[in-house]
Amino acid sequence: MYQTDMYEGVLAETVTLQGANGDLINAYFARPLGSGPFPAIVLAHHMPGWDEWYRETTFKFAQNGYAAISPNLYFRAGHGTPEDVAAKVRGEGGIADDSAVGDLEGAMKYVRSLPYINGKVGIFGTCSGGRHAYLAACRAEGFDAVVDCWGGGVVMTKDKLDAKHPVAPIEYTKDLPCPILGLFGEEDSSPTPEQVKQHEAELKKHDKNYDFHMYPDAGHGFFYYHRPMYRQAQAVDGWEKIFAFLEKYLCASA
Amino acid sequence: MCTMIVEKVKIEGSGKGASGWFTLQQANVSYDHPFNAPLEHALNIDFVNESQGPSARVAVEMSEAAARELVKTILAVLDQAETGGHLEQHHNLTA
Repeated sequence: MYQTDMYEGVLAETVTLQGANGDLINAYFARPLGSGPFPAIVLAHHMPGWDEWYRETTFKFAQNGYAAISPNLYFRAGHGTPEDVAAKVRGEGGIADDSAVGDLEGAMKYVRSLPYINGKVGIFGTCSGGRHAYLAACRAEGFDAVVDCWGGGVVMTKDKLDAKHPVAPIEYTKDLPCPILGLFGEEDSSPTPEQVKQHEAELKKHDKNYDFHMYPDAGHGFFYYHRPMYRQAQAVDGWEKIFAFLEKYLCASA
Repeated sequence: MCTMIVEKVKIEGSGKGASGWFTLQQANVSYDHPFNAPLEHALNIDFVNESQGPSARVAVEMSEAAARELVKTILAVLDQAETGGHLEQHHNLTA
């Protein structure tokens, strides 16, 4: 925990890494200064894009001792303001699951290659990023913990499946290799509390290490301080749970 | 993408974006998270020209009720124009 007489330094910059299909994409990378070793975390950004909140959150993880990287999952849609790029992706019905998983795996491999990492890499995501984080944790080898914040579309009916989203993420639950923390709101419509229960039941069925929390008086995106869905008490508690979870599973050296 | 509800329609016309007027190519109509409107989900319309990149965009985000009223109003205005014989003056904007 930070003390007022401590030295603190963070290096934060845009980097380039190899994502899905070997494509070069950009990413926002923030890490504590020093030789480490540091645990690492990959951030899967939300539907509103690779935006200011995600750069801030990446920096927040670095301030808390993590080498944190947020790949631009919308890189292939072109460049402009994060909103304009995200709107383009929204108009295209989202990105392909294979693309998200490949980019997140690429970010994981990037941080694993660095000399000051302790060998543990987690993944965090909110909204569509929670769903992508879950998919990546299940399908890409190498994640040691996953934080799914209100990831919608983990449970999908068959009519929602398409070429970009051919398999409901819940179907991969048997392959989840690491502990999962899930934070959800009772008033959310995606995922609904019922869908969260289905997800939880699947995790239990496969004897996975999971810790799900359903917050009352909260809906979707209750961490977003710039949106009306922000819920102060739930957000503070949620962040405490995230850092306690990551401390437990990522801070012991491999 | 949390709802993934989106429809596209080809359109003719012009839109005024951050860099001035541009030729519209299509409208993307979605019911999903807005960027600015203080709603969890909104009816979003992006008037775009993809050939000019993501920044060629005029965006509106509105509540479901507002969207339904807007649809009624557009149709009412077109009906009046048709009744007044004005639609005959329509010509292809791209011609």
